Amino acid sequence: MIRVVLPAPLCTLAGLERELLLEVAGQASQRTLLDALEAGYPALRGTIRDPVTRRRRPFLRFFACGTDVSHEQPDAPLPEAVAAGTEPFLIIGAMAGG
Amino acid sequence: MSTVRVLVGTRKGAFLLTSDGARRQWSVDGPHFAGWEVFHVAGSPADAQRLYASAHAHWFGQVIQRSDDGGRTWNAVGNEFRYEGETGTHKWYDGTPHPWEFARVWHLEPDRTDPDMVYAGVEDAALFRSTDGGRTWQELAGLRRHPSGPSWEPGAGGLCLHTILLDPHDSQRIFTAISAAGAFRSDDGGGTWRPVNRGLRSDNIPEPEAEVGHCVHRLAMHPSRPGVLFMQKHWDVMRSDDAGESWREISGNLPSDFGFPIAVHATEPETIYVVPIKSDSEHYPPEGRLRVYRSRTGGDEWEALTNGLPQEHCYVNVLRDAMDVDTLDACGIYFGTTAGQVYVSADAGDTWTPVVRDLPPVLSIEVQTLP
Repeated sequence: MIRVVLPAPLCTLAGLERELLLEVAGQASQRTLLDALEAGYPALRGTIRDPVTRRRRPFLRFFACGTDVSHEQPDAPLPEAVAAGTEPFLIIGAMAGG
Repeated sequence: MSTVRVLVGTRKGAFLLTSDGARRQWSVDGPHFAGWEVFHVAGSPADAQRLYASAHAHWFGQVIQRSDDGGRTWNAVGNEFRYEGETGTHKWYDGTPHPWEFARVWHLEPDRTDPDMVYAGVEDAALFRSTDGGRTWQELAGLRRHPSGPSWEPGAGGLCLHTILLDPHDSQRIFTAISAAGAFRSDDGGGTWRPVNRGLRSDNIPEPEAEVGHCVHRLAMHPSRPGVLFMQKHWDVMRSDDAGESWREISGNLPSDFGFPIAVHATEPETIYVVPIKSDSEHYPPEGRLRVYRSRTGGDEWEALTNGLPQEHCYVNVLRDAMDVDTLDACGIYFGTTAGQVYVSADAGDTWTPVVRDLPPVLSIEVQTLP
């Protein structure tokens, strides 16, 4: 199971805790993780990736093992520690807006 | 006894204000979707418990929320607004071509008879429709594909489709308005469209009487007379007696004919309301005095309504979707301000009382009159 940490407004939107456990079939990548997240929690569809372009929303970043992985290819494997559930996959909202 | 429910969209969430028909004691419920910009909340005329809300955040994009129990509980429904076919370009602020990009939903207009059917006016300007309660959305692309589409330019707030009027006597007729393209009409259920801007004059555009390019801020109609339209334009208050074929100015003795909302009394089709704003660069009431203006003659002759409204040091604005009326015998008028007040008049505008004073900036007001 992969640990996913969500920004607070998405927890409110979907009625979730900050951290959730997610089963991802096959190779764990950003794409398969987000596909599983949206399938399991439909309220989150379109909020992390644009629903039409499927691109990460520009005010969100992805972190894993202390590293910004936002610009990794969507199908690149996630770090082993994230795939194994020892480190979380963090979805972070930008501190923007004043 | 009837109940009035006021659906308030604000910069940081939605609020539901409820009162009995006396409209003196109010309960305040909210914020719903706290932290999200709620551009509009609308109730279905066919099922008052069916509500739709447009919530947007710069971080998370657009979400459409639906309630089937009058706003007690909500569920996110579909938020995929995909333009049909080749999206093409419209004109950007600097005059260069700019690809059509979906940004947000400004206005939701539920169908009069089918609670699962709802229209959405979006930025960049397009009209969408859902027939399954908001789960999926299809563009009525004939509007955006009008030959004038590539020449549409955004107003300061974006290229937004902000007004949708469904003709209650003709299910095939729809009016929309876009800033800053103008008013458009379809007579075939949204398939094809044509501009209906003849008579508008905008001195701040290259061709003041152009077919499109006018910054229409809001349209209003009375349901008993759908051929009569009222318009608050960027500057000028206008009227059409032929379903938009031609317009004439009715600004008359208003202290300023700039403004955003316009509303029609529920039972007097010739009684209309506007909130004059000083200018396009000074978005507050003239002289710092908040006044609603009422015309009982369908325009031209206006009276200031001030009783209960601040008459000094008031520098708020009232946005285009932030005024509405109820349908009780003594018609109630409601508006919200950018400083978070929601005012009610239970006597057609003669006296005003604040329902709430300290909400986030109010983006929209929609009123449901419940049996």
